[in-house]
Amino acid sequence: MLSCKEIGELLSQGIDRKLSLREKWGLKFHLFICKTCSCYDKQLQFIARSARRLMQPEKDNQGIPPLSNEAEARINNAIKQRLDKRENNNE
Amino acid sequence: MSSVSDPATWVAQHGDALFRYALMKMRDEAQAEDMVQETFLAALKARERFSGQSSEKTWLIGILKHKIIDHFRKYKREQSSDDIESLTEQLNQQFDHTGHWSIPMRTWQEPEQAHENKEFWKVFAACIAHLPDHLADLFILREVKGLSSEEICKLLDISTTNNMWVMLSRARMRLRGCLDSRWFNRSNDDQNQEAR
Repeated sequence: MLSCKEIGELLSQGIDRKLSLREKWGLKFHLFICKTCSCYDKQLQFIARSARRLMQPEKDNQGIPPLSNEAEARINNAIKQRLDKRENNNE
Repeated sequence: MSSVSDPATWVAQHGDALFRYALMKMRDEAQAEDMVQETFLAALKARERFSGQSSEKTWLIGILKHKIIDHFRKYKREQSSDDIESLTEQLNQQFDHTGHWSIPMRTWQEPEQAHENKEFWKVFAACIAHLPDHLADLFILREVKGLSSEEICKLLDISTTNNMWVMLSRARMRLRGCLDSRWFNRSNDDQNQEAR
């Protein structure tokens, strides 16, 4: 029987490649009797789902939030100051 | 001959995209905001040289990438652990000698609800940013951008797909630990966090 350590690796690889039939059965059997690995499995799947949503915030208004209004104002201000300074220098 | 748009409109046009990009590579929001500001100021200086070969956004992200690299050169991060030996070491820390988990594995209550919470996404991005550089890049390319194994190995100079799997597994394991202590079971760990 596969150890939890081996199962942990297989669970991650299952996200990246197609597992062989033998690996799949090994996993299934282990997960059936091992609560800890089932828990790890669920958490890895959740992380994968989260990653996929991470970069589509415009679509469903989720994911990483945009720049805060304060930061936006601060950066705009910095740009403006730099532009003004340049104009003064050019005069 | 093409030229850039009015700098006064840059933040409104590109600010959010740059910020999100920066946040995935930086440790916190304030640092990511600083990077965005530095990028716009550098772009102001360089705008005469904008060739128009790429879009304005691509050009700005290119500048941002350089700013981020410079930042990490200045404040050198912990060694990036892409060598298999240290990756194996990290794996062994999670298990005892019989191959059983040696860390507590606590269930995450209603994880999908976290997706509705803005604070969760900040923690998620911060956890990615906390990964060693190589693992963070790898995770983003693979899971967020969905590139193929071949493309990634070429881009990141990873010798075999097998190594890539090992690295991805380690990235996920670290992310899991980070999300566990910084979000799902944070009340249990708050004191530990503060002690660190």
